[in-house]
Amino acid sequence: METGGRLADGPFERHQTAWLASHAVDYRQIYVDRKGFRFVRSIAAIRRCFPAFRRKLPEAVDRRETMTPLMLDIRKLRKSFGDLVAVNDVSFTVAAGELVGLLGPNGAGKTTTVSMITGLIRPDSGAVLVEGAPLGGDTDPKKHRIGLVPQDLALYDELSAYANLRFFGALYNLTGKALDDAINAALTLVGLADRGRDAVRTFSGGMKRRLNLAAGLLHNPDILLLDEPTVGVDPQSRNAIFDNLEELKARGKALLYTTHYMEEAERLADRIVVIDHGRVVADDTLSGMRRLAPAGVAGAHVSLEAVFLSLTGRSLRD
Amino acid sequence: MALTQILAMVRKDLQVYYSDRRSVIMSFVAPIAIASFLGAVTGGRGAPAEPAKIPIAVVDQDGSTVTKAIVSAVQADKSLQVTTPTAEGAREAVKRGDVTVAVIIPAGFGQASGLAFFGGGAKPDVSVLYDPSHRAEMGLVRGLMTQHVMEAVSREMFGGGSGRQLVDQTLQNLDQNRMPDGQRAMLRELLTSAQKFYTQTPETETADRPRGISLPYALIEEAVTSGNDVPYNGYAHSFAGMGIQFLLFAMIDMGVGILLERQRGLWKRLRSAPISRTSLLVGKALSSSVIALAVLLAAFLFAGIVFGVRVQGSLVGFLAVSAGCALMAATFGLLIASIGKTPGGSRGVASLAVLLMVMLGGAWMPTFIFPAWLQRVTVVVPTRWAVDGLDAMTWRGLGIGAAVMPTLALIGFAVLFGSLALARFRWEEA
Repeated sequence: METGGRLADGPFERHQTAWLASHAVDYRQIYVDRKGFRFVRSIAAIRRCFPAFRRKLPEAVDRRETMTPLMLDIRKLRKSFGDLVAVNDVSFTVAAGELVGLLGPNGAGKTTTVSMITGLIRPDSGAVLVEGAPLGGDTDPKKHRIGLVPQDLALYDELSAYANLRFFGALYNLTGKALDDAINAALTLVGLADRGRDAVRTFSGGMKRRLNLAAGLLHNPDILLLDEPTVGVDPQSRNAIFDNLEELKARGKALLYTTHYMEEAERLADRIVVIDHGRVVADDTLSGMRRLAPAGVAGAHVSLEAVFLSLTGRSLRD
Repeated sequence: MALTQILAMVRKDLQVYYSDRRSVIMSFVAPIAIASFLGAVTGGRGAPAEPAKIPIAVVDQDGSTVTKAIVSAVQADKSLQVTTPTAEGAREAVKRGDVTVAVIIPAGFGQASGLAFFGGGAKPDVSVLYDPSHRAEMGLVRGLMTQHVMEAVSREMFGGGSGRQLVDQTLQNLDQNRMPDGQRAMLRELLTSAQKFYTQTPETETADRPRGISLPYALIEEAVTSGNDVPYNGYAHSFAGMGIQFLLFAMIDMGVGILLERQRGLWKRLRSAPISRTSLLVGKALSSSVIALAVLLAAFLFAGIVFGVRVQGSLVGFLAVSAGCALMAATFGLLIASIGKTPGGSRGVASLAVLLMVMLGGAWMPTFIFPAWLQRVTVVVPTRWAVDGLDAMTWRGLGIGAAVMPTLALIGFAVLFGSLALARFRWEEA
C-alpha cells in the first residue's frame, strides 16, 4: 500500500481532524491514497482510532495502557534553523520499561529531537513531558530523571574513569558516599570496575563506549537517551552494551535509542519511531512495522531495513 | 548557583590542566626561563652591570695635535670601543656590522677647525658612516664626538702652540673679514685678550688644570627605587611581563579547551545536566582564574627565591593586581571560547592577540620608548595596566593607592570580556 498525500483540507476533513484530536489520534497518521481512500498507515494509530481492535489483535498491545507509567511524552516538537524546518510536529512516547528505537536517515531530525529532549536546544513549539510534567529550563529538577549517552565519546581522556564519573555525578549534585556508590555500581554494570583508576586514554574504543554509557547512568535516571551508543565498537562490546540495556529495561527504565543499525533496533526495540524530513512517518511495534513493507514482500520475515527504505526512500541524504 | 557543581567543574578543569605536561611546561617553566634571560640583560639584580660598549672606528687622516687629542679622548671614553682602521677598512667594518659608527677626520682638520672655532674660517667636513640598524647608538656617538671635539679644539685654541699661531694669524687677517664692523671690533678685542693670556701664562702653568671648553657641570646619578638602599631589580619587571604573557597563553589553552569540549560532545553532557548557564560560565571562569593566578604567583615566587625580587610596596596591592590580572585573563579565555569556531584557528588568532597585547602593554620592552601617541593609546590594553600595577607594587615600592587604578582597570576589562563572552556564547547546538 503506497502512501499518498496528507489528509485533504475540506470541511469533512476538518471535522475528522477535530475528532481525531479529541481522541488523541495523531492526525498525521491519516493518509489519502491515489483513489481518495483514507487510511491509517500505522497499526498503532488504528488501535488508537478504534479501541475495539485491541481485543481482536492480541499481539497489538497498547503500551499507553499496559506499560504505565508513561515516562517521556514528546508533543508536537518543532524546530527551525532559518528556513530549514529540522523537526516538524514530532510526537511520540516512551513508557517505563520500554525501549523505543528512533530511526531515520541522516539529517532526518533525530539528533535535533534528542537535543530538544535534553534541553540543548529550545523548541520553537511543542513540549517535552517527563511523567506528565513539562520539562522547564536549564535547572529544572526533572533533568535529574534524564540521562544522556551522546554519540560522541563525551569523556575526558586525560582523567581516570573514576575521575570522569566523579565529575559527571557531581553535576547532578551527587556527593560523598552516594557518589562513590553510584560510580561503583555504574562501573560494575558496564564491566569496568577493575579499570576505574586508569586513564581513559588507555581504554579501547569499546571500553570508552561502555564508560560513556556508565556516565549517563550515574545519577540513576528514569529516562535514558542513547544516541548511537554502539558506533565503532566490536561485537563483544556491542553485545555487552545490549546486555546492559536489557538489564536497564528490566529495571523499568525508559530508553530512547537512536541508531542507524536496523538489526540493533530489531533486537532491542519494543517500538520503533521512524523520522524523515523532520516528521514522524511511522510509530509502531516491529511486527506492526513489517506490515508496512511494500506489497509483495510483507510478511513475518521481512527485514526492518526493507520497511525503513520503503518509508524513507532510497535517495541519498548527505 | 550550585556550589557542588561549580567546585566539581573547578576541580575537573584543574585535573585536566595539570595532566597535560605541555601546558604545565608552557605555563610555568617557559615564563621563568624567558623572564630570567630578559631580567639578566636588562639590569639583573642589584647594581646595573657595566653597559656594553659601542664599537666605533675613528680614522685620523690629519694627524695634527688636535686630531690626536680627539682620538685619545674617544679611546678613553668608557662608552666606546674604538678601533683605528683606514677609511676603506672603516667602511667595510660598518658594512659587515663589526662597528656601529665610523668617524673619518679629514686632513687639515686641526687648522680648519681652529679657524672655524673663532668664526672666521670654513668648517671642515667630518664623515660619519653608520649602521642604519643602530640609529639610537648613532645619536649617542654623535653626542660624545661633539663633546670630545669641542674639548680638544678649544683646549688647543686656548693654550696650545697651534692656537697661538691661529690667534696671531686671525688677528692679521681680521681686516679682510667681511663681518660687520662692530662684530669685528669685539672679535679683535677677544683675540687680543687671548694673545695677552698666552704671553702672560706659560704653557707649563696650566698643565694641571683644564684649558679651553669643558662640560660646565658634573652629573650625580641616582636610581630612584623603593628605598635609598634598595637597588633596582630588573627581574621584577621581566617576571611581571612574562608572567602576564604566559598566563594569557594558559587562558588560550582554557578557551580552546572549551571548544574541544564542544567538539568532543562533552558540552552536550554538561548542558544536559541540571546546571545553569551562569554556573557553567562561573565554574569555567573560576578554574581559569585559579590557574592564571597560580602561573603568576609561581613566577614571582621563583623570582623571589632565586633573584631576590621582593614586593617592596603593598602586599595587599600586589595580590589585588594579581587577582585582577587572573580575572581579566580568565574572561579573555571565555571570550576566545565564545567567538572561536575551531580549536586550531582560534589558537592562532588568540596567540596573535596575546602577543600584540603584551607587546603594547610593555611586557617585552618598557613603554617609555614608544612614541608619545602610542603611550597614550596603550592605556586601552589590559596588559599595560597589569605590568604597570605589578611594577608599582614590586620594585617601585609604591603603596596600595597605586594599585587601585590598575586593579579597577583590570576588573573593568574582565567585565567587558565576560559580557562579550556571555553575549556571543553559543548555548544551543544540534
